[in-house]
Amino acid sequence: MRAAIIIFPGSNCDRDLALAFKKVSGRKTRLIWHKDSEIPKDIDIIGIPGGFSFGDYLRSGAIAARSPVCNALIRFAQTGGYILGVCNGFQILTETKLLPGTLMRNSGIKYLCKDTELIVENNNTAFTHGYQRKQKVTIPIAHHDGNYFADNKTLKELYEHDSIAFKYRNNPNGSKDNIAGILSKNKRVLGMMPHPERLNDQALGGSDGALIFGALDTMFN
Amino acid sequence: MKLLINITLKEGVLDPQGLAIKNSLSTLGFENINTVKQGKIIEIDIFESDIKNAEAQASLMCEKLLANIVIEDYSVKIIGKSA
Repeated sequence: MRAAIIIFPGSNCDRDLALAFKKVSGRKTRLIWHKDSEIPKDIDIIGIPGGFSFGDYLRSGAIAARSPVCNALIRFAQTGGYILGVCNGFQILTETKLLPGTLMRNSGIKYLCKDTELIVENNNTAFTHGYQRKQKVTIPIAHHDGNYFADNKTLKELYEHDSIAFKYRNNPNGSKDNIAGILSKNKRVLGMMPHPERLNDQALGGSDGALIFGALDTMFN
Repeated sequence: MKLLINITLKEGVLDPQGLAIKNSLSTLGFENINTVKQGKIIEIDIFESDIKNAEAQASLMCEKLLANIVIEDYSVKIIGKSA
């Protein structure tokens, strides 16, 4: 697997995400700066890390989504590229419209940083085939704006296309239908608020997140 | 031309910040409040003398960046000439 991650000013999970890809692939993760206008040609998957790109100014992910590299990112997606957006990466993916809906302020107002139990809703994707359908997995969240919102028509479409990847077992942030992560129609773009790279090794207290990276690596090898 | 852009949450979208403000106001003794909605105001001074052009550009700015049209409405007001 040849992975790259995009770094924005204010990204802060970029190294963790780069390491998670490298751990399974054995290859160095390429780093792409937000001002770059091209994505290297041989890349299988692009990770968009968590953090506070551009200080969350205007709206979380809004400024990042209009930066030069995101035009290249959209082209990458349109030509069938795989993208994993975690936390702020998910927010950026909704702002680029590569994923529908948006992430609003948590319903309880507070920033939340804790382990959450997720239910795997679709395990028939490049990202999730390491899990069983309806498997309960523990992956931590760390966000202020993780309250997934979409209108009823969009939600209906998410169900029709089996585009919900993960739901929270106990909704921490007010997300519609407990949604924690969603997929594009072609299932090649995954955005999720929980951080799989943070429970990626038993040394970190758990490894449920590692299965996403392992699943991706088997896809591209 | 000076523009005032007002961005508010659409009807029916839960506004947790507005709710928190309402609760805080009620602890200060303002107990007759029905609802509070929090939005954003953005002031733009643009090199444009034609009102219609300025408004059209502001709308485009809102659609492309300033508002998230999934959850937000926007309105544009001309508030004066450039200093």
